[in-house]
Amino acid sequence: MAAGVAAWLPFARAAAIGWMPVANCPMPTAPRDHRKRHDELIILNVSGRRFQTWRTTLDRYPDTLLGSSEKQFFYDEETKEYFFDRDPDSFRSILNFYRTGKLHYPRYECISAYDEELTFFGIIPEIIGDCCYEEYKDRKRENAERLQDDQDDNKDCKLPNMTYRETMWRAFENPHTSTMALVFYYVTGFFIAISVLTNVIETVPCGATPSQKDMPCGERYTIAFFCMDTACVLIFTVEYLMRLFAAPSRYQFMRSVMSIIDVVAIFPYYIGLVMTDNEDVSGAFVTLRVFRVFRIFKFSRHSQGLRILGYTLKSCASELGFLLFSLTMAIIIFATVMFYAEKGSSSTKFTSIPASFWYTIVTMTTLGYGDMVPKTIAGKIFGSICSLSGVLVIALPVPVIVSNFSRIYHQNQRADKRRAQKKARLARIRIAQTGSSCTGFFQSKRNDLLNELLELTGSEEEEQQHNKSISLLESQHHHLLHCLEKTTAHEFVDEQLYEQNCLETTIQSYTSRSPSFSSQDGPIGTCCTRRGKMNSPLPNSSLPLQPSHQQGALQELSALHIQCGDKLPHTTSRSSLNMKTDEVGPINCKGSQITTAIISIPTAPSDTTDGGGLHGPPQRRPPPPPTGPQAPSINTTASSNVIKVSAL
Amino acid sequence: MGAVMAALSLEARRRLSRPNREKVDSDLELSIVRHQPEGLDQLQVQTKFTKKELQSLYRGFKNECPSGLVDEETFKTIYSQFFPQGDATTYAHFLFNAFDMDRNGSIRFEDFVIGLSVLLRGSVTEKLNWAFNLYDINKDGYITKEEMLAIMKSIYDMMGRYTYPSVRDEAPSEHVDKFFQKMDRNRDGVVTIEEFIETCQKDENIMNSMQLFENVL
Repeated sequence: MAAGVAAWLPFARAAAIGWMPVANCPMPTAPRDHRKRHDELIILNVSGRRFQTWRTTLDRYPDTLLGSSEKQFFYDEETKEYFFDRDPDSFRSILNFYRTGKLHYPRYECISAYDEELTFFGIIPEIIGDCCYEEYKDRKRENAERLQDDQDDNKDCKLPNMTYRETMWRAFENPHTSTMALVFYYVTGFFIAISVLTNVIETVPCGATPSQKDMPCGERYTIAFFCMDTACVLIFTVEYLMRLFAAPSRYQFMRSVMSIIDVVAIFPYYIGLVMTDNEDVSGAFVTLRVFRVFRIFKFSRHSQGLRILGYTLKSCASELGFLLFSLTMAIIIFATVMFYAEKGSSSTKFTSIPASFWYTIVTMTTLGYGDMVPKTIAGKIFGSICSLSGVLVIALPVPVIVSNFSRIYHQNQRADKRRAQKKARLARIRIAQTGSSCTGFFQSKRNDLLNELLELTGSEEEEQQHNKSISLLESQHHHLLHCLEKTTAHEFVDEQLYEQNCLETTIQSYTSRSPSFSSQDGPIGTCCTRRGKMNSPLPNSSLPLQPSHQQGALQELSALHIQCGDKLPHTTSRSSLNMKTDEVGPINCKGSQITTAIISIPTAPSDTTDGGGLHGPPQRRPPPPPTGPQAPSINTTASSNVIKVSAL
Repeated sequence: MGAVMAALSLEARRRLSRPNREKVDSDLELSIVRHQPEGLDQLQVQTKFTKKELQSLYRGFKNECPSGLVDEETFKTIYSQFFPQGDATTYAHFLFNAFDMDRNGSIRFEDFVIGLSVLLRGSVTEKLNWAFNLYDINKDGYITKEEMLAIMKSIYDMMGRYTYPSVRDEAPSEHVDKFFQKMDRNRDGVVTIEEFIETCQKDENIMNSMQLFENVL
């Protein structure tokens, strides 16, 4: 349990009063609390480091914690200080704010920790001075992006209760969610590649037979190519329809770029099917086939790099636009100049200004085909100026585009790396946490039983040994969980034990000396049975119990709780000391009857050591519920269908 | 020529980068909701806690919620930490509504401390009143079977999966039936506050357990 939340434990315990009227059994007694609490000091004592300042300094900002009466909550009468359990290093900047009026953000500080401190002391971050504000905002933006990434990841992991349609959509968008999705992903990728290859090979001239001239493969093996094309288009159509079906917002899906590419890729084929063998129209039809090349864009779903490139181009749209604009300006200017410079020479290729455009573009991009060259001296001078400036104009916006691409690409890489590391981190955290909280509870259950045993035999030393490990906080938390168990008449068990209980489907018959008692209530009646059960041989008992352990001369409480129900996968008694299911012996179980036998040993009144008070003599319970608080060492049940047999 | 181009492009880039920052600014969240509680003395008058108790309560409260207000999500997170095995969020939701008396979606320190004062220092009748208020989800003065079933399910949810014996699906409704059998005197299908208090006062178990948490603070 986190230390911060420990302060809320009193609240959680008080809220447990909400369970009381609902519970059918009495609650266990609460552990006692003998703690005294510290209070605050007049001097600002932040985690041990004392800061001193004038009261008027703090009063300068009355809407913050330190400047208002809110700090009275932190005042310590004895030491006359105000004590804050916060980070003293961060507190420096906060106190400096009161002194100088400017809030600074130290670079070494983590942004979220700093934010928390600010919120705690009631200072709004906008007050941060200009000197540090840029840094603060940048760090905050990075943090927000990181949180956004994490949230997206979490959303991916939300599995339960998704409709079929949602599952399909998730599978399409994220192929790593299931093997089916992965298979689908690879199959479509393969078919895209096949389709593109087919389109390309169609135009390659195949080997010429002596009778015919060289003709492209497409015309030689028409049927084969047609079949291939049909197959690919079928697959793409099916894929498109499935995506359309699964999309959460069909209208938006149809407007998205990828779906338009899909449509454009498969459309020519259908038009070709519909189209008759009309001469005029087939010319247009051939043109349409050009669109088949768009299929290659479908690869962008498969390649993250392509997507990043597309996204970069989109985000650099302004830079690209500027590049285009400046190039156009330069082209027009130089083309005009070249035209007029070459006008004089005869047989010149520069017939008009638009004709000079081609020369200018080829020169500015340093291609230099050489099909158009200036012949006059003026033309050559302006031509060289043109090529020099071409280099500059193109070189300028390109770094911006490159840096954008690089930033987005690296961000993506970081996100991928974080995702990969996250699983391992979470697993480690979970192991560390559950290790402490849950097993602590089960450990304490076992310890309580052990304590009761030890009480019986009166061995004090072992008692104290066991109780050292549990702090008051832990015992209070465990008490809270006990109350919940009592309210619902069920118990918490360890995960492994639960699995074992489920596996035990055989119900053995149990013969014992104690008379069995069948209940009329049905399975609910077993309320508030012993919270821990141990299995052991009683020296005087004639129960055919299995011997369990090496407790020496200790008499052990033995409680066998067997519940038979109609549908439950059942249970034999278990021993929480051993933490594994022991055989109790054959148990006879008929239908929905409950057979419960409990052996209890009346104990002398003594102080229990785990904090729970034993008030009054142990009581043997007759069917009506008991009046006093429960002594943990007593086997008692509140239900009317339990017989106790004492064996000493 | 090239120099002109370069100068133009530099100017354009500066102009281009500035709007981006403002856009980003508006994306970042700038709202700060904060609440300061009333003074220590006023709270002492309103509740039955001593000054020191109020101080320690506030410290814990403020630690977990520096802004002074607990919203429902934070509340659920805090409460769930005490019940690691089960799902405490539904019950935390009901608890939240029981504490948030003015129904504004967040618990202030005053609500918190007044609620606690009833629970820890109030008379048995006040505690029973509080419990009734908790069960009566729509605060109409009657506990119906559906309300009780919702509450019961949330309590059983806190137990989680790994229980002994396993929680069956009918367990909450059977528990509710038992509850109504005990509480609903006139068999009209709802439990009123008078029936509730009357029955609880006759039940020794309940009366004893009400005293259980007297010394929590």
